[in-house]
Amino acid sequence: MEATLRRSATLVGRNHHQHGLRLSAAMPWCAATSNKSTTELSKKAPTRRQFSVLNRPAPNYPGHVPLTRLERAGLMIGSGIMSLRDPYRGDLIAAFAEATATPYFIYRLRDAMLASPTGRRILRDRPRITSTSLDLPHLRSLPPNTVGATYVAWLDREHVSPDTRSAVRFIDDEECAYVMQRYRECHDFYHALTGLPVVREGEVALKAFEFANTLLPMTGLSVFAAATLKKSERARFASTYLPWALRNGLRSREVINVYWEEQLERDVEDLRRELGVEPPPDLRAIRKAEREERARRKAQMGTV
Amino acid sequence: MPTLRSSARLSRGQFQCQLQKRIRPFSSTSTRALSSSSPSSNSNTPPRSSTTPDYATPDPSRPTHFGFETVTEAEKIQRVAGVFTSVAESYDRMNDLMSFGWHRIWKDHFVSSLNPGFSPLTPGPDPRAPQHILDIAGGTGDIAFRMLHTAHVVNANPDVRVTISDINPAMLSVGRQRAQDQLPASQQAAITFVEANAEDLTRTKPLTSPPAPFFDASTATNRIPDASVDLYTVAFGIRNFSNIPAALREAHRVLKPGGIFACLEFSKVDKHPLFNAVYKRWSFGAIPLIGQLVAGDRDSYQYLVESIERFPSQEDFRDMIVDAGFVVGGQGYEDLTGGIAAIHKGMKPRVKAA
Repeated sequence: MEATLRRSATLVGRNHHQHGLRLSAAMPWCAATSNKSTTELSKKAPTRRQFSVLNRPAPNYPGHVPLTRLERAGLMIGSGIMSLRDPYRGDLIAAFAEATATPYFIYRLRDAMLASPTGRRILRDRPRITSTSLDLPHLRSLPPNTVGATYVAWLDREHVSPDTRSAVRFIDDEECAYVMQRYRECHDFYHALTGLPVVREGEVALKAFEFANTLLPMTGLSVFAAATLKKSERARFASTYLPWALRNGLRSREVINVYWEEQLERDVEDLRRELGVEPPPDLRAIRKAEREERARRKAQMGTV
Repeated sequence: MPTLRSSARLSRGQFQCQLQKRIRPFSSTSTRALSSSSPSSNSNTPPRSSTTPDYATPDPSRPTHFGFETVTEAEKIQRVAGVFTSVAESYDRMNDLMSFGWHRIWKDHFVSSLNPGFSPLTPGPDPRAPQHILDIAGGTGDIAFRMLHTAHVVNANPDVRVTISDINPAMLSVGRQRAQDQLPASQQAAITFVEANAEDLTRTKPLTSPPAPFFDASTATNRIPDASVDLYTVAFGIRNFSNIPAALREAHRVLKPGGIFACLEFSKVDKHPLFNAVYKRWSFGAIPLIGQLVAGDRDSYQYLVESIERFPSQEDFRDMIVDAGFVVGGQGYEDLTGGIAAIHKGMKPRVKAA
């Protein structure tokens, strides 16, 4: 609240012709005053004094590192290149997302959350997804068609944990930092929702879906990682998964607005129908079949 | 000098470097107070002589600085350990990236200016006497390996042995691996690795089978005896110590009379303001970024540049060395690359026969 007030106050201070709009400026989420200036305020980047690396301003939240424009550009380029070369550097992919999220994109996502009642509740409650906040044993006990059971089955199958997400550090606005953190933590739920596996092919397909849905630049630029896929995978991506991703990402509702903690006991097909997401062809099964086919052919050639 | 950050930083850094306030080597209000009523909380420190000032006795609860943060001495030890454990693997690569490889030049110059293995005051025609070199915070072995090369190969003096001491076992194991990979067997045999806190060299943990003398079985530690070291070196380590005067006093204790204390450390570029401005911006902008991209650890490199900022200037550090009982020649220091690094040397004076 304080940060938003401070940001709004700075904006009001600089745009002196908006004196009379002080109240709406202070509470931009007030739907009642939906005038042009409010949307302008929320879409514009929070202005801050020019600073250099030698006199960084105080952090807005724990772990926050305010970056200068040059640093942000350097981080963008550096993390982009290095994460393309080594996609196991999840921390760099995260940094790339943060460096490219401003201006505009993270604010658009935050506004999409503000425009929905569930989104507003998420922003107010600020739930976090960690292995302790979700009761994983309980989720395992749920019927297999529920969201929670699908999620935990996916976690177990892919051998991942909800704790592997790095904290957001390079987004200046504190609320937008939470939005980015929420997106990052929900990524595994998107995997469970779509059923895409954690292999490079599945990740690229999911990133395409996320780009169509959230419009975060990192997701879109990650699609270029498709260039590092094998030829058959690239062909499959271009023919099946990319069209699926774009089609479903664009027509479905904003997945950032799903309050996952409340949807855990819901039937997953039901949720998919509500969101407007159709599951893609089972990538793991296709890859397994391909592997078996290749092994069979190799065995045949060996015996001949 | 470019102004540092705003009030937020000033309030955090109010503890301005307690050490500097107390160093007044030639003033009448000398700080050489009798400190026999020393902190009772500290049962771990060795008994100190009554001329050791209070601030030179390690006290785990005394505040010191960790980069721009204020922490207790005990906490600083832990946090520095965390930093160096996390950077140990990529330490050499990061050094190359941050200094564009120039750290090698500095280290080469440091070692060649010390010329280990050559003792001109040796009676007789042969200037090659046995030497014991103690390399503090020398985990990965950069300085020690150069010392051995100069002594054994350049000066053809095989009687020089090096003890590498580091508080961090991860850095020591990187050093041991590098020794096995890079050194010939004769030089490998001349190295001993010990795990020790430079502020208290009476309790070092040898990494290999303990040498019998000075080994205390009850604590499984080895004591570095008084006056047993000809050359005490510390390169890019001393700024991480939580209590520098304590380390300087330990150095004074273990050195033989006539022994040399040599320190290579980052320092101030204040004498060249324009270069300093560029250097500071590179330090605070690019180095944490490189640390994040290459080593995946922004915070350790942010600590690194902040600790450089916190380290006393060339003159202040020279005064600390003199205060610890060393004598210095000339300025007492030598600037490298405009002051980005500086070599400080001091000698433990020989006691005149009465």
